[in-house]
Amino acid sequence: MSSYALFKKDLASELRTRYAINSLVMFIVVTISVILFSIGNEKISDFLSGGLFWVVIFFSAMSGLSRAFVSEEERGTTLTLQLIASPTTIFSGKLLFNLILVFAMNIIIALLYSALFDSFVLKNLSLFLYAFVLGNIGIAIASTLIASIIAKASSKGTLYPVLSFPILLPLMLTLIDLTKQAMDGTTFESGYIELAVLGCYDIVMIAASFLLFDFIWKD
Amino acid sequence: MIWKIILFLLIAFVSIAGITFPIVATPAHWYDFPLIPGLGENAKIIFFHVPTAWLTVIAFFMSTVYSIKYLRKKDLVDDIKAHTSAQLGMIFCILATVTGAVWAKFAWGSYWSWDPRQTSIFALLLIYGALFALRSAVEVEEKRAALSAVYSIIAFVTVPFFVFIMPRIMRGLHPGSADDTNAGTIVNFKMNGNMLLIFFLSLIGFTILYYWIWYVGYKSMLYKEKLNKQYH
Amino acid sequence: MSSFELHAENISKVFGRRLIFKDVDFSCKNNGIYGISGPNGSGKSTFLKIISGIISPTKGKVTHSFDGKVVESEHLHNFLGFVAPYVILYDEFSAVENIHFFSKIRGINFTQEKFDFLFQHFGLFDRKDDLVKGYSSGMKQRLKYIFALIHSPKILFFDEPTSNLDNSGKEKVYQTINEESQNNIVIIASNEDSDLAVCSTVLELKNYKIAPKSENK
Repeated sequence: MSSYALFKKDLASELRTRYAINSLVMFIVVTISVILFSIGNEKISDFLSGGLFWVVIFFSAMSGLSRAFVSEEERGTTLTLQLIASPTTIFSGKLLFNLILVFAMNIIIALLYSALFDSFVLKNLSLFLYAFVLGNIGIAIASTLIASIIAKASSKGTLYPVLSFPILLPLMLTLIDLTKQAMDGTTFESGYIELAVLGCYDIVMIAASFLLFDFIWKD
Repeated sequence: MIWKIILFLLIAFVSIAGITFPIVATPAHWYDFPLIPGLGENAKIIFFHVPTAWLTVIAFFMSTVYSIKYLRKKDLVDDIKAHTSAQLGMIFCILATVTGAVWAKFAWGSYWSWDPRQTSIFALLLIYGALFALRSAVEVEEKRAALSAVYSIIAFVTVPFFVFIMPRIMRGLHPGSADDTNAGTIVNFKMNGNMLLIFFLSLIGFTILYYWIWYVGYKSMLYKEKLNKQYH
Repeated sequence: MSSFELHAENISKVFGRRLIFKDVDFSCKNNGIYGISGPNGSGKSTFLKIISGIISPTKGKVTHSFDGKVVESEHLHNFLGFVAPYVILYDEFSAVENIHFFSKIRGINFTQEKFDFLFQHFGLFDRKDDLVKGYSSGMKQRLKYIFALIHSPKILFFDEPTSNLDNSGKEKVYQTINEESQNNIVIIASNEDSDLAVCSTVLELKNYKIAPKSENK
């Protein structure tokens, strides 16, 4: 309940300052157009377009998701939050906010991407959707935790992708593989193990995050 | 002192034996290595490449163990131990990557081909790199220790996913991987007695070497800290 | 009457290589006003942060208990009120929104009477719907008192309580301190003589130790 209140506070703050949303939207547009320019009139293979889809998502996530904690640290309100809520509440509130942000962002990217890339055709849509949902949850959890780490470090902007990439790599590789399978139109059963890996990743990450967040949050 | 002499003899023996003992089709003498189809003379790198890769993992594991210990006890000595281990792990990780790439050039025809194990060692390299980048970005000692401990635990948790997912996504070329038709599981079946002996001696030797460097490394860091404290 | 107790045993704090204080004991109980003075850089703020559980000491232990039961750190925040120059409220919200969000995040029952009373008391009622961005530093300081008092805490920590305040603001603060100290603990860190004058006990942080202030009356 109090994490939901924290989420509402963050949402109201975001709607008023538009700090993450504006840069996020621009980042999506820039990344997709860079890819479109570099492709030019070439026809790219299906597998490549499936992989590039997750490249766009990774970099967009890296541009916006660190705001959750970095904005508090920059404004100096970290202590204020510490005075009003327990670490568990704070992490779940911030996670909720990032979850919504990741889903909104990735749905926009997916729609834009399928409109702009002819080779991005998903033959097995349900397999992709399952992977998409589980993947988004994983991205949100891992990037929220890394955001809380880099908020305490000095070179916040450059450090975020550096720290996040190794943690997100197994997730990304699995997602790219599942997207390829969905584009090939394989059966749902053949992607079952990869989906289970995504599910395990989400569970392991969320357990580790709640265990470790106390140590990051308390000075 | 006696340990250092034993270690020196061990490493010297392994180095000489590993390089000079001949590989023949039908081993007759005690020093002959058997010919492993598809590997040939290249097989000798096993005495140096595998121990470095093994130590990369051991160092990472030790670093995580001391990170957990730090978070429980908040003793900065544990952080120094974890950090020293991570530094060694980085060195061995680079060595394993380079020796592996050189070997791959001769065995597979290119330095890098995103084999599952190459990808895994690359991921480890990234993790170590990220860890050092994080450490240099935090000023306060306690904060630095806590954040890098948390990060190495989180990174450690993702390793099983790599091990599990990688062979499913990529085709393995590396000897010992499931897709490898040439060599198969070489360590168990294709190596004869003396090759196995030297292989394990090499593993033991390198592990002692790691422990020794680690011990000297963290001790010297501790003394450095103490001296700094005295003069400030 | 509530019985909140704070015990700090043998606490030491080291920042990197710099020792702030060593083996300090401090305890207080039920009610009263405690003052902590000390030269700049002696670690007053650090001391307040440690005994309020915001940061952990390098060595030693701080325990808080309420009605004889130890308060776990994840529940502690609703027992504390904290006013300090380094407590910062959200600029993009109005004073009312700030307090509303904080009460909801705390999960406490929000009472309109208390809310109105505090805004009247600290003279911010007319400006309560303005964004904090437009507040002067004195008004921000007043708002911090509302932030610290709205959830009826059992123990209050005031670091430099009267900084940026005009005379009427100071008066309100001293009045609040006296009222609160009837039932709750108030701990003040300051070097202002007028702040320390309201305290019943004054301690001094000096040479890494804490001791009753010698020249005090």
